[in-house]
This record gives sequence, structure tokens and C-alpha cells, in this order.
Amino acid sequence: MILVLLVCLPFAGSLAATVLLKTDSRVLAARMSGGVTFVALVLTAMLYPAVRDGGKVRLDLEWLPQLGLNVTLRMDGFAWLFAMLVTGIGCLVVLYARYYMSEEDPVPRFFSFLLAFMGSMLGIVLSGNIILLSVFWELTSIFSFLLISYWHHNAAARDGARMALTITGIGGFCLLAGLLVLGHIVGSYDLDVVLASGDQIKAHPLYLTALMLILIGALTKSAQVPFHFWLPNAMAAPTPVSAYLHSATMVKAGVFLLVRFWPALSGTYEWFMLVGIAGISTLILGAYFAMFQQDLKGLLAYSTISHLGLITTLLSLGSPVAAVAAIFHMMNHATFKASLFMAAGIIDHETGTRDMRRLSGLLKYLPITGTLAMVASAAMAGVPLLNGFISKEMFFAEAVETHADSVLDRILPYVATLAGAFSVAYSLRFIHMVFFGPEPTDLPKPKPHEPPHWMRFPIEFLVLACLVVGIIPSLSIGPFLHSAVVSVLGDRTPEYSLAVWHGINTPLIMSLIALVGGAALYFVMKDYLAKCDDGPPLFRHLGGQRIFERVLVTVSWKWARWLESHLGTRHLQPQLRLVAAAGLLAGVVPLYLAGFSPRPPTFGAVDPIFAAVWCIGAFCALGAAYQAKYHRLAALVLLGGAGITTCITFVWLSAPDLAITQLVVEVVTTVLLLLGLRWLPKRSEKVDNAVSLAARSRRFRDLLLAISCGLGMFVFSYAIMTQPVPDAIASYFLDKAYSEGGGRNVVNVILVDFRGFDTMGEIAVLAIVALTVFALLRRFRPAPDSIEKPEQQRIQNAYDDARPERSEGDTVRDYLLVPSVIMQWMFPVIATFAVFLFLRGHDLPGGGFAAGITMAIAFLLQYLAGGVRWAEDRLRILPLRWMGFGLITAAATGIGAWLLGYPFLTTYSQYIEVPLIGKVPAATALLFDLGVFSLVVGATVLILIALAHQSIRTHRVRSLEAQKAEET
Amino acid sequence: MELVLSIGIGIMTGSGVWLILRPRTYQVIIGLSLLSYAVNLFIFGVGGVKSNAAPLLGEGVDVSTLTDPVPQALVLTAIVIGFATTALFLVVLLAARGLTGTDHVDGREQPK
Repeated sequence: MILVLLVCLPFAGSLAATVLLKTDSRVLAARMSGGVTFVALVLTAMLYPAVRDGGKVRLDLEWLPQLGLNVTLRMDGFAWLFAMLVTGIGCLVVLYARYYMSEEDPVPRFFSFLLAFMGSMLGIVLSGNIILLSVFWELTSIFSFLLISYWHHNAAARDGARMALTITGIGGFCLLAGLLVLGHIVGSYDLDVVLASGDQIKAHPLYLTALMLILIGALTKSAQVPFHFWLPNAMAAPTPVSAYLHSATMVKAGVFLLVRFWPALSGTYEWFMLVGIAGISTLILGAYFAMFQQDLKGLLAYSTISHLGLITTLLSLGSPVAAVAAIFHMMNHATFKASLFMAAGIIDHETGTRDMRRLSGLLKYLPITGTLAMVASAAMAGVPLLNGFISKEMFFAEAVETHADSVLDRILPYVATLAGAFSVAYSLRFIHMVFFGPEPTDLPKPKPHEPPHWMRFPIEFLVLACLVVGIIPSLSIGPFLHSAVVSVLGDRTPEYSLAVWHGINTPLIMSLIALVGGAALYFVMKDYLAKCDDGPPLFRHLGGQRIFERVLVTVSWKWARWLESHLGTRHLQPQLRLVAAAGLLAGVVPLYLAGFSPRPPTFGAVDPIFAAVWCIGAFCALGAAYQAKYHRLAALVLLGGAGITTCITFVWLSAPDLAITQLVVEVVTTVLLLLGLRWLPKRSEKVDNAVSLAARSRRFRDLLLAISCGLGMFVFSYAIMTQPVPDAIASYFLDKAYSEGGGRNVVNVILVDFRGFDTMGEIAVLAIVALTVFALLRRFRPAPDSIEKPEQQRIQNAYDDARPERSEGDTVRDYLLVPSVIMQWMFPVIATFAVFLFLRGHDLPGGGFAAGITMAIAFLLQYLAGGVRWAEDRLRILPLRWMGFGLITAAATGIGAWLLGYPFLTTYSQYIEVPLIGKVPAATALLFDLGVFSLVVGATVLILIALAHQSIRTHRVRSLEAQKAEET
Repeated sequence: MELVLSIGIGIMTGSGVWLILRPRTYQVIIGLSLLSYAVNLFIFGVGGVKSNAAPLLGEGVDVSTLTDPVPQALVLTAIVIGFATTALFLVVLLAARGLTGTDHVDGREQPK
């Protein structure tokens, strides 16, 4: 339970911090985050007794057990140590950031991201399911992107963040693929199972695939060569972010993963070569590059890369002692590197620059920070009596040992010593150039002084930790390290000693050579380094960044453009042609492969009247297809004919509900399209109708496609309809409709009861479409040639104008006198009919949909009869209210079931005896149907009225323009 | 019965497909409407074609003789949603015509 709390708490804190976004208090967000991280730290610490000596805490929550996906959280000694690191340094970073961030920055945003990042990191550490691990892995990539780009007004921050996201995102994708392969090999995604089946994995033919994919994930995250270049660019982030992500957490996730899967994957020759080459080249190149950096944080970034390379190298060796050293060095590196980043941040904060060519002699101004930084850099260089020394000695000892006999193994001691010398040189450089030497002359902020005490406190604490671990390792970190080691290595846990003094042996001599050699190297190169450009010689112009960008441009721009221009089209017709052809093939090919042969048709049972109706229907459909180009009104009428045929078919074939609905929808669709016709262009007589050969062949191709589709549908539907209908779910609904739904009209009962949730979704879609139509029409600009009044109106108005006794619009009123009177009288009749349809819906054909559209037609007729103005003077319809009421009623009916302890949308039904009327069904489904009814009325009316209003609106625009023209 | 209905579905599909491949938006909207009739009829037909067997329960009706109500329920909502999408498409095409000045589906006349 504590585990869930531990993972969720930072995310909750992150959400809470976003709430504080509007406040301008930066202290509040910092205090809240500090509280959250501290609680997380305490929670982690409390779990120690459970994980001591190989113990484990585990929690399983079922998620998708069918797929082997569960939310499994587990903590063992190693995870505990890492969680302590994440939360502990998290605490210190929050404290530091509280003073570091300036007044202008949106501080709550920073803390929100930081906490979310911490939560994702804890998620990686505590995941007991490898898929879950990959999910948290992605989250760290995303939040690190947000954190690095925190100062998003800064182009370098944006670029660095994007690069980090691209690289770690690709890595994350490979990792997911690798983990899926791993899960496939093992047959389970559970981490414990995976770790226990190391031999099975290594013997599997897919081992190398899984290994490479997982390694890409781990190496990108840990910024190993050749993926290292994102880390220096990520230094555009605020310093607390660097101190947290790039020393203790994000980049450690990669090596964490290597350690985590060490028991399952390591020990093979492939592992040694792949991990070893990456580790050794990173170790030496990182250290070499670090020497030549002019930016303080750049130096620290490359040094981080180098130290991560050291850890990777240790892990590649496959020996248990090396794994111990790797875990130990992870902790040590985090402590001294976090403190150094913070010190660099203080220097930047106080002097306004991080360029080592400008910094000098700061010890006088920053005596305490300077001293602390010196101790931390000494730890980084591996000076005795500091924690860096012990793990480095272990590394040297392992480098000397032979593991896998190869060139790589034989050169390792020399490479290790050389890298050690480099790290001494850059550590010395960091201290000597910044804190010693002449007075600084051109600082952006001339009078640097010590920061507030609490800003320095995290550094003090970490440096103290370096000292304590360095002097009495077995008393301080010893037991914790031991439980971590036991949890990773199990019964392969080796004998190891954390003592400071092992006597004079090879590692000590290597250390001495590195110390002396590094110091000598620095003093020889000092003058060059003080003035040289940023970056190491030879490599200065070979930027990984530049290669990365070149590749990105090629892949995401050039290739994409090429593909788009060669394979894509912006024209709709070829696309639709492809869709239709693909649909045809998707229907025909499986049938052909399955050996389908069409059944010969039988003519016996054809009803002549039905056939006659369909003759008309087919004529209408073909006619609509033929006429739609130039004779729109005719096409619309013919379309209506096809609709009526459909409607008759429904009646004929026992679907009265469908027939009613189809009929009323037919009416509103026709009105809708009629309203739209007015805004379409008139037929242009000028267009020459000479059809080119290409167009002719295009048409022929389309015709062929259309005929094939039609033929296919004919054969297919005939085959299906003559099949005996299998006894599917129909009988269930027929049986239960009355006994459980309380209605005799099974279709309606399905809609409002059994599948009520679907219907709810459908009316929501209807509401959304209506609102979209409304919104689109609010900004509607008709085409210029449609703004004028239609020709008929102009003729009528001209006639009216010519006679003094008539006023404009009289003619049309005369034309419509009889129909409009009838339509007005019909209003109550249709409204009553709608209520009738609605009420009988549960037992007889009818229901909310049909009734709703009928009611909408009643309103619509009034618009048709008298015009928009006339209708709106007399009738105030508020379609939005109808829709809102409908949605709320439907949802409330569903929620009502909750209150009585049933699942959403459970209905209840009974019959009530009403005087005079008799038995009336009173199912709660009726209430739901009322919601459907109301929404359908609202949506239909809203759509149609919005369209009808356009002619008034453009009329207004027209008169305004005329006014303007007169004035000028 | 089945033969007539499936010929009808075939003709409506053919007309609809022909129309949605045409360049004018109005042709496409008519084509989509025809296609939706065809699809609705097809789904409806899958449930079996019977006369005088509406799925209405009454006294003494043998349940097993009635038609399948499930495709009917599916088609019923499809009809209403079909109206909504037609409306949406109509408005989009009107707006596109207002903005681009043409009723070609690509928003501009195709070069000859």
C-alpha cells in the first residue's frame, strides 16, 4: 500500500502545483513540493526493514490479466537504495530550487513538472512489471522534455529539449520493443519471473534482438556514446533540473535498467562486447571532452557522461564484484555530481556567467561554496578519503582482472588509468580556474557574494555524505549497499570489502599515476585551456548535434517530402477512388480465397408489387446519380424517391420503427438540402462542355468501379440474405424484452434499455454535430455570387414594386396562402402526433427518435409557412435548452440507477393504472427516452434554423453594405 | 424478396459510389445519402427478410417467428446519425464554397 502511495504522491503533488499556477506565490509551491518529497523520502525510509537482506515488498493490482499486464509494484534492496536517492536528492533539489528560481519564472509550473518527473522515476524504480516500467520510462522522457524546455523563450532550451526527447524517445520505443521480445521469450511480463529465467533468455534465438533493443533504450537514456550528445545540449535547463536529472535520476535510469536486468541478460560474449565498447568509449571520450569545455555545466555534463561510461563498463564485465562497484559508484556519482551542479548553479546565479574564461579567483567572494565545491571535485577526481576514491579503486581492481579474453579486456587497465588522469585534470581545472587566480574582471554581476544559507545547505549535506562514505564506508553506506547487492545478485553475491586501505597494490598505484598524471596534464595545458574555444581539438567541428540535425532534416523533411510528392495526393477524388477500390477488394478477395460461389437466384417468391416499388426506387437512385451535376433540385427529388422506397421496404419487411424514423428523417433531410441549395453556384453556361479524352477515360474508370461495387454488393447481400439466419442474440432480446425491459416493442427496448449506453453515446454525437453546425454557420461567409437575392425573389419583388398597392413579399405570401394556413393549423396536430409516437414507443412502433424528429417537423413547418421572421415573432424555440435538457435527463436517468445501487442505466418498469386512460407503462426507460426525444428535437431544430437564418443574416449584411455605399 | 432487395441495394451502392467519385460537392452529398440507404438496407437485411413479423410482443405471439430486432435497433440510430452527418457535411461544403469560391471537392478547380 505504501508503494502505491509512494508512486502516486508525487503525481498528486504535481497536480496540486498546477492549481497554484495562478497564484504568484513561489514559496507556497516550493513548500508544498518540499513537503511531498519529504513525505516520499520518509515513506521510502520506513520500508527499509522489509527489504533488508534480500527481502521484497510486492503489490499486485490487476489491470489486464488476460494479457499479462498488471500494475505490479515491487521494492527490493536495490530499488530501495535508488528510491532513497530519487527522493533524497529530490528533497535537496526542491530546497535549492526554492532559492534558485527567480521571481519572474512561473515557479509552480517548475515544481509541477519536477514532482511529476520524480513520480515517473519512482515508477521506473518500483515497477514489477516490465511493460509498466516502459510506461514510466516514457513518462520520464516526456517530463524531462518539459523540464529542459522550462525556459521555453530560450531557443537553446527548446532545441536541447527536443533533442533529448527525440533521442530518449527513440530509445524508449526500442526499449518497449525489447521488453516485448523479452516477455515473449519468458512468457511473462513479471519482473521477478524475467529475472529468474536468465538461462532460458540467454539460450533463446531472440536473445540478441532483445538485448540490442534494450541496450539502445538504456544507452540513449544514460547518454552513452554514440547517443551522448543530447546531454550537453540539455544543459540549457535550469540548474536544479540538471542537478536532479543529469546527476541522480534521468541519466541513471539507463544504468539502473542495466543493473536491473543484469542477472537476466549479462554474462554472455555479446553483452560484454556491446556494453563494453559503449562503456569504454564513453568513459574515455567523455573525460577527454570534459577537459576542453568552457561552460561549467558543459564540463559537468561531459564528466557525467564519462562516469556513466565507467558504470556501464563495470556492468559489461559480467563479474559480481564489478556489479557491486557499479551500484556503489552510481550512488557516489549522484552525491558529488548533484552537489557540483548546484555549486555551478550558485556561481552562475552570483556572477551571471558560467564561462570559465571569464571566471577567476572567486574563492575570495564565495569561500564556503568554493570549499564545498573543492571537496566535491576531489571526490569526482577520486582523491582518497572521499567516496569517489573507493568506487574508483574497485573499478581499477576490476579493470586489471581478466574477464573475457579480448583486446578490449587487455587495454582496459590503460584506458581506465588514462580516463582517471583526465578526470583529475578536469576536476582540477574546474577548481583552479574558477576559484583561484587573479581577480575576475568582466563579470556580468560585479560583486558576487555567498548565497542564502539554505540554498547552500543541499551542497553541504551532499559533501558531508561524500566525506562520511569516503572515510567510514562500511559503517555508513555498507549495510544499505549490501541489501541492494543481495537483491540484484542473490546467491552470487561476492565477498567484497569497502575498506579505504587495502595496502599497496596495483589499483592504488593506478590511482597514484592517474592523480599525478592528471595534475601534470592540467598544468601543462593550463594556458591553452584558459583561452581555447569551446570543445576539444579535432572534435570541435564534428558536432554530434550537427549530425543529428542533418539526419533529422533528411528523414523528417526531405524523405517525407519525397514520399508525399510521389505517393500522396491533395485531391479528394483519387483518395476516394482508392477507398472504394480497397473496399471492393477487401470484400471480394476473402470471398474468393474462401471459394465462394454465388447461389443461382430464384424468382419464385418475388412479390410483383414489391418489385414494382423497387423499379421506381432503382430509377430514382440512377436518376439522382445522373442528374446531380446540373439539376440539383431534380436530383434531390429523386433522392427523396429512393428514400421513400427504403421506407416502404422497411414497412414491408417488418420494421415499422425504421419506417417511421426513415420517413420523418426523409422530410428533414429534404428541407435541409433545399436550404443548402440556395448557396450553391448556378450552372455556368460559359463552361465549354467539350470533354477531353483523359476526362472521358477517368469517367469510364469510375463507372466501372461503381458498377463493380454495386454488383459486389448485390451478390454479397443476396448471398447473406438467403443464408438461414443463425440463432444469434436475437432470441435473447426477444425473450427478455418484456420480462426485463417491460416493453413489447423490442427495438425500442433495445435502444433505451439493453443498449442504453450506446444510445446515450449516439445522442451525444448528435448534440456535438448540431453544435458544430451551429458554430460553423456563425462565421459563415457565402460566396460572392450567392449574396444577391435569388432570381425568383427578384422577379417577385420587381412585380410587387411595380404596383403601388402591393408591398414587397406579397406575391410569395399569395402563392403560399392556402398551404401556410394548413401548415399553421397542422402544428397542434403534429405536436400531438409526436407525443403519441413518444408515449406508445415502448410497446408499439414509435419512440424518442421518431417522436423527436416529428416534433422538429412541427416547428419547421411554421418556419416554412410564414418565413423565419414571422415564425420567430410568434414562437420562441430554444434548441440549446432542449438539447441540454435531453442530455441531462438521459444522463440523470442513468445515474439514478447508481443511487439505488445498480449499474449505470439499469431500468425499472411497471404498469400504473391511470383513471380514464387505463394501464400506462411507467418504465424509467421512458424517462431516458424523454431525454432522447428532447435532444433530437433540439439538435434537428438547431441545425435547420441555423441554416435558415443565413438568408436573413446575409440580407442584413447586404443592407449594411448598401448603406455604406450610399454614405461614401 | 431477397433478390429484389439485393438488386436494389446493388443499384443504390453503384449510384452512390459513382457520385462520391464526382468532383462537385453536391454530387458527393447525394452519393453519400444513397450509400447510407444501401448500407442501412444491407445491415437490416442481414437479420433476415420476413413480412408481417415485426418484433412486437403480444399475447400469444410465438417469439421465434419474429424478425431479428438487433439490426433494426442498429439501423434506427444510424438513420438519425446519418441525418446529422449529412447536415454537417452540407454546412462544411457551404462554408468551403464561401471561403474558396468553388464547389469543387478540392476547394479549387482542377487545371484542365
